[in-house]
Amino acid sequence: MTTGQIGQAGAAPPPPTEKAARKSADKDFIGANPITPYVFMAPYLVLFLIFVLIPVVYGFWISLHNFDYLLPGKPWVGLQNYADLFTPNSTTSGPFWNSMEATGKFTLFSVPLLVIIPLLLALLLNQDFRGRTFFRAAYFAPYVLGVAVVGILWRFLLSPNIGLVNFYLGQLGLRDDIPWTTALPWGWVALVGPTVWWTLGFNTVIYLAGLQDINQELYDAAAVDGANRWQRFLNVTLPGLRPVLLFIVTVTILASANVFGQAYLITQGAPGEETTTAIMYIAETGLRQFNMGAAAAMSYILALFLMLISIANFAFFRQREE
Amino acid sequence: MVEMRPPTRGLTRREFLILGAGAGFALAGCGGGPQNNPAMQGGGGGGKEYDGPKVELAFWNGFTGGDGPYMRQLVEEFSAQHANINVSMNTIEWQDYYPKVPAAVRSGEGPDVGIMHSDQLGTNAARGVILPLDDVAQALGLKESDFAPLVWNAGIYNNQRYGIPLDMHPLGLYYNKGLMEEAGLDPNKPPQTREEYEAALEEFKKSGIQGSWVSPFPFTGTLQWESLLWQFGGDLYNEDVTQATFNSDEGVEALSWMVDLVKNGYSPKNVDQDAEYVAFQNGQNALHWNGIWQINAFKEVDDLDWGAAPLPQIGTQKAAWSGSHNFVIMNQPQPDPNKQQASRVFINWISQRSIEWAKAGQVPARKSVRESQEFEGLEEQSQFAQEVPYVHFVPPVPGIADVQLGSFDQAVNEAILLKKEPKQALDEAASRANQLLEENRQKYQA
Repeated sequence: MTTGQIGQAGAAPPPPTEKAARKSADKDFIGANPITPYVFMAPYLVLFLIFVLIPVVYGFWISLHNFDYLLPGKPWVGLQNYADLFTPNSTTSGPFWNSMEATGKFTLFSVPLLVIIPLLLALLLNQDFRGRTFFRAAYFAPYVLGVAVVGILWRFLLSPNIGLVNFYLGQLGLRDDIPWTTALPWGWVALVGPTVWWTLGFNTVIYLAGLQDINQELYDAAAVDGANRWQRFLNVTLPGLRPVLLFIVTVTILASANVFGQAYLITQGAPGEETTTAIMYIAETGLRQFNMGAAAAMSYILALFLMLISIANFAFFRQREE
Repeated sequence: MVEMRPPTRGLTRREFLILGAGAGFALAGCGGGPQNNPAMQGGGGGGKEYDGPKVELAFWNGFTGGDGPYMRQLVEEFSAQHANINVSMNTIEWQDYYPKVPAAVRSGEGPDVGIMHSDQLGTNAARGVILPLDDVAQALGLKESDFAPLVWNAGIYNNQRYGIPLDMHPLGLYYNKGLMEEAGLDPNKPPQTREEYEAALEEFKKSGIQGSWVSPFPFTGTLQWESLLWQFGGDLYNEDVTQATFNSDEGVEALSWMVDLVKNGYSPKNVDQDAEYVAFQNGQNALHWNGIWQINAFKEVDDLDWGAAPLPQIGTQKAAWSGSHNFVIMNQPQPDPNKQQASRVFINWISQRSIEWAKAGQVPARKSVRESQEFEGLEEQSQFAQEVPYVHFVPPVPGIADVQLGSFDQAVNEAILLKKEPKQALDEAASRANQLLEENRQKYQA
């Protein structure tokens, strides 16, 4: 593929002499004034401090209180908010773990689909055919929509009683009363399906970039060695995509674990609270019931889970690399 | 509490004409001015007049439905008539309004005047979001005798008044006349007793119509259940709102009656959010329990031949859920006495014109307006107004909306979706409600 080769040439590592020269130049530059790199990083660090570090610390402080920002008394409760989450029958523990379970299920159902389908699409869209740009745009298009648009659109499409999906199923002679938004397991289909439709374009674009970065010469060499298409995919494409794959899996897990809008709009957490996700419950506790201490504690537990999963994820891919 | 509203839409020609007539009425009324109104003769200060420098007032509310244009019209009239007060209105969905307003007020970016539901007054008073308005009530000459006691008392927290009642919006019965004819029923005689209601449902069933869709969601499922709970003689909480009592036999009976509508095929299973309402508009749902605020939305629908009636009496007594909109003044971090005075004038002015507001699909809070000839001319509204003597409110204690959210909203959902038996669902919800009530008590005392 010509475009791939041109891109490849540009990204190829510079010859060793040039590299060494640049390295020493870097050293001189930094040596000139040790503060220089920090000055360059300062704009980001300031934002990081204000919007990440301080809120993280302040959030933890909040989680140690019975905190309502409008009430004069914000009694210190120590780790009580955390302890409540691990005490059965407290007002927060039941719904919270329920919502964690819902988030876990959603992540489990959506991540494999969002890793595999975009890969297949990217392979297709990486072929040379007429109208390729159009299809690339078409698959990416839903991603530009906001979650509110996607949620309301699918809520009406999937409505069990008045939705188009059930209507057309009926026209095809199939069951036309599937309770997509009010019963399980249909509720999961109603949440995962639209999410995949909505966000697969993003992962596809990342995969496409990754595919175009794989050296065409490797494919040529594999073909000369007599590898068939499947073998080339397994031994050239997949290893070449490993860094991209790590990125996609990590980002997709984090995005799925933060699911809020879809469940909020399409199923509204129903039936009961079975599709009420963690972020939904945290937002409700903190911003609607103004029980901010408990909500902050929940956020930390959720963050801890996500950190553990991300670490496991990195470890897994690193191990594969070795 | 979250309040569902019909989608926002433009003004029809019919509404426009009503508005035109309304504006004429309001202007005519203004010739005499509020000074000639006997209700206005009491005390000075609190809202009678404002002659300070020109002020800009921000007025926020959640009238995103057919009621929004009516309020906007009133606001524009007010600004046109008051050279030194200009009011700008901002509409936010109720669901976002209640979390947003306290934060905005606290940071000094909030409105001067707002609207709040009666069950939110206690919470917002306790959290210092809104100011006491006893002086306004006095200046306006508002007396308990001019209001239903329920509406009047809902505005009081810790012996101070925080809300000036604007209206009541009860749940009522909408019926599809076309479908009633189709099923061989008298289209001008909506069922009003349990026997009539169940007999009608049976007739609908024979004609292949599911006559009474039951929603598992707060709008309208929980509202229907609350109405039935009160009809059977039960109540949500005990007298001082420290214990949940909604899992009583009456509560279970009320919920079981709704579940039976589903089980007997009078309602589809697994009804989706708003589907019961859309189905009524589409002529699929014959007897629809919904709030008075839907009147104008249904008037919009061509070919829909419908009527409004009080809720049928299913239980042992008449009862209906109702909420109420109240004017409130926000507790600004840097109070401006001029703005506060102007806000009181504004509230007073709108309160005098609650007949205009009634046309938006509300029952006026004031008895005198409710009994006026003009209100009786509003056919559907005055049907629902018959419920005023027996409507019930959710008690306006601080944090009560959170208790509902965490307890019986879910119980109704699980029972209507046939996931749990009514008694089990309500018992579980009641024990959670008790915990939440206790937490609220500690929180708002601290």
